[in-house]
Amino acid sequence: MTNSIFAQFQLNYGAFELNVDLRLPSSGVTVLFGHSGSGKTTLLRCIAGLQYAPHGFLKINGNIWQDSEKNLFLPTYQRNLGYVFQEANLFAHLTVLGNLNYGLKRIKQPSNSEHFKQVIELVGIKHLLGRTPERLSGGERQRVAIARALVLNPEILLMDEPLAALDAKRKQEILPFLTRLHHSLKIPVLYVTHSQQEVAQLADYLVLLTQGKVQAAGLLTETLSRLDLPQSKEREAASVWQVKVTAHDAIYHLTQVSFAGGELSLSKLSAAIGSVLRVQIYARDVSITLETAKETSILNVLPALINDLAETGENGQTVVRLEVGSQLLLAHISCKSAHLLNLQIGMKVYAQIKGTSILN
Amino acid sequence: MELSPEDLSALYLTFKVASLATSILLILGTPLAWWLARTASRWKGFCSALVALPLVLPPSVLGFYLLILMSPNGIVGKLTQQLGIGTLPFTFAGLVVASVLYSLPFVVQPLQNTFSAIGNAPLEAAATLRASPLNTFFSVVMPLSKSGFLTAAILGFTHTVGEFGVVLMVGGNIPDKTRVVSVQIYNHVEALEYSAAHTLAGGLLVFSFLVLLLLYSTQKHNPMAQMK
Repeated sequence: MTNSIFAQFQLNYGAFELNVDLRLPSSGVTVLFGHSGSGKTTLLRCIAGLQYAPHGFLKINGNIWQDSEKNLFLPTYQRNLGYVFQEANLFAHLTVLGNLNYGLKRIKQPSNSEHFKQVIELVGIKHLLGRTPERLSGGERQRVAIARALVLNPEILLMDEPLAALDAKRKQEILPFLTRLHHSLKIPVLYVTHSQQEVAQLADYLVLLTQGKVQAAGLLTETLSRLDLPQSKEREAASVWQVKVTAHDAIYHLTQVSFAGGELSLSKLSAAIGSVLRVQIYARDVSITLETAKETSILNVLPALINDLAETGENGQTVVRLEVGSQLLLAHISCKSAHLLNLQIGMKVYAQIKGTSILN
Repeated sequence: MELSPEDLSALYLTFKVASLATSILLILGTPLAWWLARTASRWKGFCSALVALPLVLPPSVLGFYLLILMSPNGIVGKLTQQLGIGTLPFTFAGLVVASVLYSLPFVVQPLQNTFSAIGNAPLEAAATLRASPLNTFFSVVMPLSKSGFLTAAILGFTHTVGEFGVVLMVGGNIPDKTRVVSVQIYNHVEALEYSAAHTLAGGLLVFSFLVLLLLYSTQKHNPMAQMK
């Protein structure tokens, strides 16, 4: 497979050591997730060439950007990438348009004005082009920074916690736009964050980093439901499903969505029929019954198969991984219930979903 | 309040020395200040101290050593003679060289401080936008350092205009060649020509004040804060 990203780095930085060997998909959003000090930003900076790893190999879509065995290290400015920093890092001496043109003037191929227009449209900054960065809000600045990276038509987009410096309101202003970006971009995106919400909303592929090492890497849904990882046991543990809107129920204000292997009723959405959404289901909102309860207030009761289960540790909880159709679903129940129901791998049960949240 | 031809000549010479020295300082001081602002070398402290030396040394000390270095038997003097330039003391060129050294910290320190204040972030952003380091310097660092350059140029110029001790040591008091305004004022006072001294001294006072006024009123921050 030539259309793939190979990233292998080893570097020491005081007491910190980064040691990763990754192969990442060449499309979609790969989220590098970890707590501060996990090395996620360092990894991104190594990929950009902003940080030099003495031992490294990096190949993006067949182009080798670093190969320390051959003494090859392409400086950042020769790498065909787009980079969005945590702080927008706009040039204060240039207008928004000047910022957008800065990179365009320096790439060899002439700028494609159609692409330029599309990016401006996508990011919604047409009305800001004549302003200087100091007259932009934090959210606007970050949108300009994203546009500035995208107009170059890079081979890969690297984003280092682009929302971390924004307040909750601004985050809500940008997240939907990032999701839109996610659908319209053909290039791979590497996205660094420590926010689980951003992971659930944006990731297709998830890389978990701890103390400079890769703890797990895989498709989002699979990685989120791995019981050997601490994420599945935390209070915020959740499953993320991709669903399609099939019908709206005007009387009860509900929206019907389908997933691979079943249907869900959600509170009414404004999304058009046929549109694809992400739904997050917290493990704490899922309970298990052995028989389908006929008289229950819970709308979503789905037949499921117990795929795996594990105790979460000291808080008396058991995490159960269920197969619903071809989707995986996590449930947090008490250890006592697990014993009383005598839950075993392979048992057929019913999952009751008390609540869901729509991510986009 | 008439200026004599000697006074005019001294004024012209002062302006010439200060302009030349400032230009040279901006050209040489910029890379030096950039290096000092960015380096993690253990030589940084040594070089910073060397650059700052003219701030604290009596000008006569600096002038004295320059005189010795540039004299026919000094290291610099031997070099200039081998190069066919002759010796520098008591020449216009010698005066410019001495002024450059004397005003070095007044140009390097404001530049170094603006460069440090810019930080890494814009440089990294430029690198991700395909700008080479040299290109980044001209397209990002220079425009962002405008006020630092203005401060450096004005301080370098006015400080050179105000020098006396170094000039007297290295340049002497030769009309049309090394007799700058400060020396001319001294000559007037020595000759008890107080009114002529007043004209030049007052002119210099007003000039210096106006230039600094311009500097302080156009800059958002205290320009002297750019000196360490």
